[in-house]
Formats: sequence, C-alpha cells, structure tokens
Amino acid sequence: MSESVFPQLEALLPHVQKPIQYVGGELNSTVKPWESCDVRWSLMYPDAYEVGLPNQGVMILYEVLNEQEGVLAERTYSVWPDLEALMREHNVPQFTVDGHRPVSAFDVLGVSFSTELGYTNLLTALDLAGIPLEAKDRTEDHPLILAGGHAAFNPEPIADFLDCAVVGDGEQAVLEITEIIRTWKKEGRPGGRDELLFRLAKTGSVYVPKFYDVEYLTDGRISRVVPNRSGVPWRVSKHTVMDLDEWPYPKQPLVPLAETVHERMSVEIFRGCTRGCRFCQAGMITRPVRERSITGIGEMVDKGLKATGFEEVGLLSLSSADHTEIGDIAKGLADRYEEDKIGLSLPSTRVDAFNIDLANELTRNGRRSGLTFAPEGGSERIRKVINKMVSEEDLIRTVSTAYGNGWRQVKLYFMCGLPTETDEDVLQIGDMAVNVIAEGRKVSGQNDIRCTVSIGGFVPKPHTPFQWAPQLSAEETDARLEKLRDKIRGDKKYGRSIGFRYHDGKPGIVEGLLSRGDRRIGAVIRAVYEDGGRFDGWREHFSYDRWMKAAEATLPEFGVDVAWYTTRERTYEEVLPWDHLDSGLDKDWLWEDWQDALDETEVEDCRWTPCFDCGVCPQLDLDIQIGPTGKKLLPLSVKQPAAGGNAH
Amino acid sequence: MQRIRLRYTKRGRLRFTSHRDFQRAFERALRRAEVPMAYSAGFTPHPKVSYANAAPTGTGSEAEYLEIALTEHRDPATLRELLDESLPAGLDVTDAVEAHTSGLADRLEASVWEIRLDEVAAAAAQSAVEAFLAEDEVLVERRTKNGMRSFDARAAVLSLQAADCPGDRPDGKACAILRLVVRHATPAVRPDDVLSGLRATADLAPPVPAAVTRLAQGPLDAESGAVTDPLAPDRDAALAAPSTAAGPRAAKAASGASPAAGDGTA
Repeated sequence: MSESVFPQLEALLPHVQKPIQYVGGELNSTVKPWESCDVRWSLMYPDAYEVGLPNQGVMILYEVLNEQEGVLAERTYSVWPDLEALMREHNVPQFTVDGHRPVSAFDVLGVSFSTELGYTNLLTALDLAGIPLEAKDRTEDHPLILAGGHAAFNPEPIADFLDCAVVGDGEQAVLEITEIIRTWKKEGRPGGRDELLFRLAKTGSVYVPKFYDVEYLTDGRISRVVPNRSGVPWRVSKHTVMDLDEWPYPKQPLVPLAETVHERMSVEIFRGCTRGCRFCQAGMITRPVRERSITGIGEMVDKGLKATGFEEVGLLSLSSADHTEIGDIAKGLADRYEEDKIGLSLPSTRVDAFNIDLANELTRNGRRSGLTFAPEGGSERIRKVINKMVSEEDLIRTVSTAYGNGWRQVKLYFMCGLPTETDEDVLQIGDMAVNVIAEGRKVSGQNDIRCTVSIGGFVPKPHTPFQWAPQLSAEETDARLEKLRDKIRGDKKYGRSIGFRYHDGKPGIVEGLLSRGDRRIGAVIRAVYEDGGRFDGWREHFSYDRWMKAAEATLPEFGVDVAWYTTRERTYEEVLPWDHLDSGLDKDWLWEDWQDALDETEVEDCRWTPCFDCGVCPQLDLDIQIGPTGKKLLPLSVKQPAAGGNAH
Repeated sequence: MQRIRLRYTKRGRLRFTSHRDFQRAFERALRRAEVPMAYSAGFTPHPKVSYANAAPTGTGSEAEYLEIALTEHRDPATLRELLDESLPAGLDVTDAVEAHTSGLADRLEASVWEIRLDEVAAAAAQSAVEAFLAEDEVLVERRTKNGMRSFDARAAVLSLQAADCPGDRPDGKACAILRLVVRHATPAVRPDDVLSGLRATADLAPPVPAAVTRLAQGPLDAESGAVTDPLAPDRDAALAAPSTAAGPRAAKAASGASPAAGDGTA
C-alpha cells in the first residue's frame, strides 16, 4: 500500500498548471525507505503548495521527525481544482510530494491549520485519499487525522472530522505521539483505534473530541463539555517548548523549484509576545516570550544560508524588533553578509520599537523599498481599547525619520470593526494618512511621497479578551469603509498620495463563524465542501453565498444562525466551545482585560513591568525567557579567497 | 572578468521545471557553490547569467545552454562538477568551457528532438510522417499571450523520422519514436506544433501525452544537415590561443567535454 503513484500522476501533469509543484525533489527534502520505519507521518498544509511549502511549522516537524531513527515524514499539500478533477477521473489518490505515496498508507495525517479557511481543503484531501470524512466511520486501516496550528486552539468546528488535536508547540509533541503509536503498534495494536486514542488522551495534552460530550441549553448555548470516559482529563493543556536554542529547526530548510510566497531563509528569533494587543490571538496563545539567543540565531543563519543559497534572511517572530538584542543581531548579520548581497527582513515591526539605526542595517545589503507599520486603529481612543499602546506622535516621529533617511513609501495596516468602534474612529485613519504624507513632504522636501492604507475586517478569536465581543456585520463594515474611502478620495491636497486597500466584510463573517464555532458548525463545513467549496482563503474561489446557503440548511434545527455565532455578544457566564482547551490563560484574567478594554484602560508589557497574572507562567510552571546575553555576533572565519573552487 | 558557458539538462520529473523555476534554482546553486559571480550594476544587482533558448515546461532536454560571468578565474571543469553537485539530480551540468568567442545564442540554429509516442505503432507513425513531409505547408494553431495564432509548422522541419521504440516493452504495448530536426525560426516551431501538424495531416492522435526530449541544439551544418556542438568554437579557440589567465586549464576542460549531437561535430 505504499507504492509510488507517480507513474499515474505523471500522465496527468502535462495537463495542469504549474506541474512542478507536484513532483517533489526539493533541495533538502527526504525520502526514507518505507520498510525501515515503523511510525510514518504525512504532514499536510491545507493550502496550495506555493503557500504551504514555506510554512515553518510543517518544515520544522518534517525535519524533527525525519531525524528520528525508524520514523519517516512526508509532505502533502492541497491540489488545485484542475488536478483534483483529473485525479478523480483517473483514480489517483491524495499523495505525498516526497515519495508520492498515498496519504491513506501512513499512520498519521498531521494537518497544520494557520487559518480556519483551510477546513474545506481538509475534507477535499480526505476524500481524495479515500479516508472517510467523519472520524466515526474510520477503521484501524485509516491514518489518525491530527490537527495542529493556531486554529487548533478551537478545533470544535472540525471535531467530527478529526481523531485528535494538539494545541501549542509541535516539536516535542510529535515525538511523544510517535512513541505512543510505536508502542501500541509493537504490542500488536491492542484495543484497536480507540485504545490508541485513549492512550493519547490520557497524556492530558492530546485532545480527542470523541471522548468529550457537549451538552446544550435550550437557548442554544453550551451547558457543559464533559469527558465520557474515565481517565480522560477535563481539560487539555497546550505544549510549550522552553529553550528555542535546543530546537534550531529548520536546520536544512526546503528549497523548492516552484515559486512560492516566501523565498527566504527564515529564523524564528523568539516565540510568544506579551505586548498584550487584545485582538491578537497569536500573542495570547503563544505566551510566554521565549527568545532564541543571538549566537543561536547567528548559527542558524549561517548553516541555513549554506544549505539553501537563499538571498534573503527573514527574522521571524510576532514583533521582531522587540528581541532584546535585535540591534546587535541586525548589525552583526549585515556586517557578515555585506559581500554576499544578502538582504535582511523583519516582517513584523512595531512603530515604537522601530529605530533608524536598525532600519539602516536591514537595508544595507538590499533594497530600501517601503516600510510597513500596523497602528491597527485610527483613533487614540480605539488604540486604547485594543491595547496597541502606540500614539500618533510615535508614528509621526517614526515616519519622519524614515522619510528623512530616504524612504518614500509607508504602508499602514488597520482593522475595521473593533469592539466599541464608531464611524469616527475609522474616519480618523484618513487623518492619520494625511498627517503622514504632510510630514513626509515637509521632511523630504519632495511631493512624491506615498502612504498606503490597508484595512482588514476584525474577527474576534478564541482565547483572547475579545472572545466575548460582537463582530461587526458585513454590511456595517462595508458602509464604514465606504465612508472612509469617500473621505480619502475627496481630499484634494493629499488624496492622490494615499493608496487605499480593503476587503469587503463578507469573508470575515465566514472566518468569524469558523473561529468561534462549536461542533454544530461541522455540518456547515461539510455542506459547503459537498457544494464544491475549496480554497476559501482565495478570493477567486471563495463564495459567501455558498456558506450562507449551507448555514441556512443546517443550523436552524439547532435554533441558531450565523449571526448567533458572529455578531452576538457573549456574557461572562457562557461556556465557550473552547473552554476545555487550556491555553494557559486564566479565563477570569481575559474577562478583566475585556472589561479594561471597554473602559479604555491600557495594560503594559510584562517583560518590562510586573506580572499582570494572565495565568500562563504559573499554570505551565514557566517563566519568560529573554536576554540580553551581552554576546556579539562575530564575523565567521575569513573565506579563503579564490581557493575553494579552484584548487587542483 | 571570465565568462563560462555551460550545458545542462532537464531530466526525468524535473522536466516539469519552468524556465523561471530553473533560473531561481540555478542562481541559488551558484550561491551554495560560492561561485564568485559578477553582478549587474544598478539598484537591485543581479548575478550575470544569460540563458539561451530554453526548452518549454514539460519537455526534457539534454542540451540547454547558458553563460555566466565571474569576477575571479575558475577552472571550467571544476566549476562544472561543483555546480552539478549543487543542483538537484535531473538538472545536471554536463559541460563547461571558457568563452573565447561571441554570440552563443546566435549559434543555436537548430534542435534535435526525440518524441516518444506510447501506444502508437511505428507503422502508423511512419505513414503520418510521410504525409506530413509531403506537404509544403502545414498550418497549425497555438495559444499565445495574444490569443490563438496560426502559423506554418512544415517549413522549419529539416528532417523527421519514425522508428520503433528500442527494446521490448514489458507491458507489450506499442511505442513509436520520432526524431525531429527543426530550424529555430520566428515563430518558433516546437515539437508540440509538429504533433499538431501530424494530427492535422494524418489524424495521428496519441492516446497518452508524448514524452519530448531535446537531444541537441547548435549550429546547422549546411551540407550534412547535422546539428553540431555550439561550444566547439570556444574549445577550438582555447586550444589555438590559450588566454593568459586560463593557461593549461582550458585544454583540460576540453577533455572532459562531450560532443553535442554525436553526428558530424565540426
């Protein structure tokens, strides 16, 4: 059952777009002999190859697992509809790009969900693999379907389709799961699939939906979620890797032949964030802050560049300029790679953490194209509500320095639909853009200054202080953004210098439905999939009407609807669908922070002020781990000029 | 500055590599191999690589060519090995010479293609080829950026032969091989176009997609009609007048080289 399906696939490839994405063979990829391993994982990123390949989570787990003796991991991605149609016609199953083996032949299919919009793609892959869509219909012959990633912090909407889920960091978790599977297989699979799931559930850190019953109140709310088997814990806790220097992955990043969305050597410089932005699920669920050391970063960059040949280094984290030694890191790397024309990028930079020395280091070896900041809210008031802790003066000071140092373009990210928001809060985004351009023209003495305003709709997420908040309806979001657009376009003096990009409110409502949904949403997802729903994160494939039609067909029997899940405000007493998944955050602290938001009260970052009792550190018996170490990045040993390739 | 010309392949499943994909992969291989590349001037410097007449996505090739510019001198044979090791298997660097002449791209006058047609009998292929060659003009259509375009696929075809696939097929199914020599013209006539022409003139419709491989490209010998090695003039020039920098290395490179077409190398 593990033979390559490549010969069948190959005959289809001349007929599809970008066939190279399906052939595998990426530099640094691994194909281990099937028989030499007793635990076999397929790892899926449920989106197109071009998005999925650079995903750090999958790349890390792929390498961690393949390093283990007797364990193999291969990757699989969503196939585009053109190939899907041909695979159905010619009976080619969902395959891995490494060994082109059928996904159904592996022990586990691990799926990493960065966003809820990949749920329909999971169903497509399961169906193409010949695996029953619902967990209850699977037998011992089928792989375990395991979810991870940020969206797995509320796996309830896909609970019907999953066998299990892991919340938090995956590095150690996949190894623990591997051991449990190995032992169970060695013992001759006692008790079948249920026994394996039970052993996983007993650890307290693998969630097995079938071992929990959800009980509802007559008004549609949840009354409680209760284990239906003794030995299964009431709450499942998240995994946290404490010392990033012990986990320097990916060591050998994959280099694809196909073009992908990120073509760079990425190093995660720290994990977690305690800035406390109330809308930010990533910042809440990845606490505490754990820094990789400056020397650890230097080593990963060195090895990674040698292994890949990438021409850009990305220093990743949720707010990269917040690393305690970011200045030395940037300067050290720019010095080291000046000759090699290696560019550096810091994908997430806060306005208040930006400084011009850092920006100069980042652009020393590359382009000085544009700077991007995310004030998130247009008014001082709304920024207090979301705890962004950035003032307009901070922003103007920063852009002033940037324009004075040769930058000509600034991009600003905002959200629309934040709790307590009014038209006035959003209209002030226009004023902010005008002030930015006015300042830029003044400092640079030139008129060709641009500011692009990019706006996304806010979606309340589980495990954040806004998990109780009402989401703004699509109609109100659109109306508010139209007012802002009219205001910007009507500005004779500055309007032409302002770029305005926004998405309509409809996709946000579907994302909101899936984010805060419960098990009853599974029927909606299945109906959408059966109606042809695929690639919901792609504008050209997404259909709002299809989702609404499916919701209207499935939700009324439960007495709920889309608005009930999205625009309805929750109360303190309500049992939330994800309460039994423990992110370490204390629910009472989240509620207090929600009340602080409504009072427009800000809360500082606990890295530099006393603890605010969010609950994570005592709950997990951990602490924040930050520098500075005081060490510097030394230049690497001097390259032998001309010697390398010419000696003979 | 030293210029080096390389011959490389697109084999097996990597024939699905597009030319843009290859460019990125090659430039990364240059970095991994720490080749001292010359960079273009300007705001965003690029390594100096010129590619010549790349094969279409999905077709294999034994004979693709490019030229790179280095800031320091390198022995072509050593460089070839280093780059070949640095590229994924299937994208293989098979030859390298130091450039002593100009106009490599202009020298690529014609290509030799092999087209394998599974589940097509050699006799059927043979009669289709005869029908095609009997015509003075065979109009075919191809979708281009500007919509469907109609052009002649016959005039550029210098020779076209059909044969049985060598060896016994394990599944016992028929298999025919076409050998095509085509002059590079504008618009380019590609193996696909000739297959369209065979369909138009003789109704030849292979049930499975053809496996197409470029065996050679280079100067066209007017008398014999053979396609010759486009790197030969550089090798000859190196032997006649070794450059001061190259010294004996250029001669060494020649020994490691393979002729392109095999028949009638200049």
